[in-house]
Amino acid sequence: MATITLEDVGKIYPDGTRAVGSVDLVVADGEFLVLVGPSGCGKSTVLRMIAGLEDISEGKMSIGDKVVNDVPPKDRDIAMVFQNYALYPHMSVFDNMAFGLKLRKMAKDDIDERVRQAAEVLEITDYLDRKPKALSGGQRQRVAMGRAIVREPKAFLMDEPLSNLDAKLRVQMRTELGRLHNRLGTTTVYVTHDQVEAMTLGHRVAVLRPVSAKRPYNLQQVAPPTELYNNPANLFVAGFIGSPAMNMVYGKLRKSDGETWLDFADKSVRVDGAALDAHPGIEAYMDKQIVVGIRPSALEDARVAGASPDRTISVTTDVNELLGSESYVHFNLSSPPVITPDIEELLADSDTDVDSLGDSTKFTARVSADVSVPDGSRVDLVIDCSKLHFFDVDTGDKIGYSPKV
Amino acid sequence: MTATADRISSTGRRPLGNRIYKFLRSIPTWALWFIVILWTIPTFSLFVNSLRTRDAQRNSGFWSAFADNANGYHFPTLDNYREVLFPDTGAGLWNALLNSASIAIVATIIPIAIAAFAAYAFAWIDFRGREWLFIGTVALLAVPTQVSLIPLLSAYTNGVAWTLPIVHRTITIFPDLNLSGSIPAVWLTHTGFALPFAIFLLHNYIASLPKDLFESAAIDGANHFTVFWRLVLPLSVPVLAAFAIFQFLWTWNDYLIALTMIGGNRGALPATIVVASIAGEFGAREHLLTAGAFVITVVPLIVFFALQRFFVTGITAGSVKG
Repeated sequence: MATITLEDVGKIYPDGTRAVGSVDLVVADGEFLVLVGPSGCGKSTVLRMIAGLEDISEGKMSIGDKVVNDVPPKDRDIAMVFQNYALYPHMSVFDNMAFGLKLRKMAKDDIDERVRQAAEVLEITDYLDRKPKALSGGQRQRVAMGRAIVREPKAFLMDEPLSNLDAKLRVQMRTELGRLHNRLGTTTVYVTHDQVEAMTLGHRVAVLRPVSAKRPYNLQQVAPPTELYNNPANLFVAGFIGSPAMNMVYGKLRKSDGETWLDFADKSVRVDGAALDAHPGIEAYMDKQIVVGIRPSALEDARVAGASPDRTISVTTDVNELLGSESYVHFNLSSPPVITPDIEELLADSDTDVDSLGDSTKFTARVSADVSVPDGSRVDLVIDCSKLHFFDVDTGDKIGYSPKV
Repeated sequence: MTATADRISSTGRRPLGNRIYKFLRSIPTWALWFIVILWTIPTFSLFVNSLRTRDAQRNSGFWSAFADNANGYHFPTLDNYREVLFPDTGAGLWNALLNSASIAIVATIIPIAIAAFAAYAFAWIDFRGREWLFIGTVALLAVPTQVSLIPLLSAYTNGVAWTLPIVHRTITIFPDLNLSGSIPAVWLTHTGFALPFAIFLLHNYIASLPKDLFESAAIDGANHFTVFWRLVLPLSVPVLAAFAIFQFLWTWNDYLIALTMIGGNRGALPATIVVASIAGEFGAREHLLTAGAFVITVVPLIVFFALQRFFVTGITAGSVKG
């Protein structure tokens, strides 16, 4: 087991494109770190650089106290689980798992013991003599995991290991992965685009974003899952983490009679002191346009939450999605949609006019399923004004952000 | 009862379009059968005639073989085979068959051995000039065998040396190994001409093996040599078998290269050349051609059926999710 340290690591392809820039990351000994982000954000590239499958163009990478920039994969003492499993098709499950140990010239009895132990943990003892093609997807994934475990490496690297499994199996394997890590305690770096995997598995989660010409770095925020959810560093993280996604709308704060009020669209609500305290320096933004973020879970039907007029907005339901225990109420606010610099970039790339996005903002509220909200009906929603997020319009950063770790 | 009767009559009177469609769909199958039979007739007639006496062969076609005994000829007889393989005088076809085997087997194994390594290197080892070297190798496919035969023969006979002007130093490019008239000369020539195609064929297959496998092996601690022996070779069995069949057929049936390189050394000549001279002057022994030709045909067939079970499809199934 070991710490993995990335210092200002970057990757530039021979044709000059930058995939990864300025990644500063320390994965502590025994930590489960998840790299998450949309496709093209460089998360897999970072993982492959740790594995040694990809050259490191800039910066320094160490595993333990050894700098590994020029160390080939086989000498890094790491094990990797691939998205496609990458099992050796002509070898039995046993040989697949024993391959790495045989190459390291381990004694036959020891190999036998280790493989059988790992097989027991993963419940694949019955399949040891089978070839991969006679296994189901979930079993293949276990074999791939077993191949990593038997090596007892310094670190596990996992590249979207669950994304090829069907939904039910994915949830089951996710739980097992967590249990497995608790049991083995091996340093693990895990790549996924699935934020649920990221939030449930990671001790800490690193949110990455594709590099652009203006922003030659990927890392947006590295924090424990709850911190990511409650204290997102910028609009990107705020929009990426959480499902349904955080609602965003242009707004303005104003002081009146010693209270702070938030005006957005044609609504006005009283801001709780806790929300102001969470944004040091917010005073400088009074009466200026800011971006307000409201999680769907911070909105609740007034019939459930109880009336509190200075925190209630009245809206017309567009669509109501009933999920059983809760329902998602979608509605529109009459305010132009939030255009961040990134969205502007995207629009320019696709030759789309900003005006084409319309002048209403889509909102979602997660309300209790106990009350019925028919499509098209009028509904009063109470906003939990202690859980508002304020962002700078120009930079997209959270106002007064400081990591709370 | 009525229901059953109705069903029968309704199936009996299928729509016309259906019946036409069924008929049209069966045409390719019948056409294939027709071609198979047509192409098998010469070999079959060769086989039948090889079992008939000289006079019977001269008097009637192979289709009247079963009337031979009634006409006073002996059928079937193995005399032709005995006479061709082990004649009373001189070396027979048996000796030539052994020569053919020693040429074909070795001239199949050497190119495969070299080409497999080369193909792996071209596909998975990153070295400088890899692309150009590969293009150059494949470009050699365009060199016709015939133009290089005489220079090669000269190299085998005298070696190749080049005397530098001014300094008067001689560089040996190919040593004088006195290879002319020997079977190794044929091996070398076949190997040289087979390599471009072998490398091309194996490279295309090996390069298409899943990349994740190689990365997985690299992390497991395998070097190139281990990856080659433990992964690439076992997974390349189908293409190796395909090339082996192809190369064996080519070298077994070769006439030109063997004749050029072995030439006058009669004891080392392969079966293809010997069988051509069986007929003798004025075709006095041309009835033996049937037996000789059939023996030569049988060997590649055995090789083909022995190796065809290695044409396994889906050898990489279960490795990666496709």
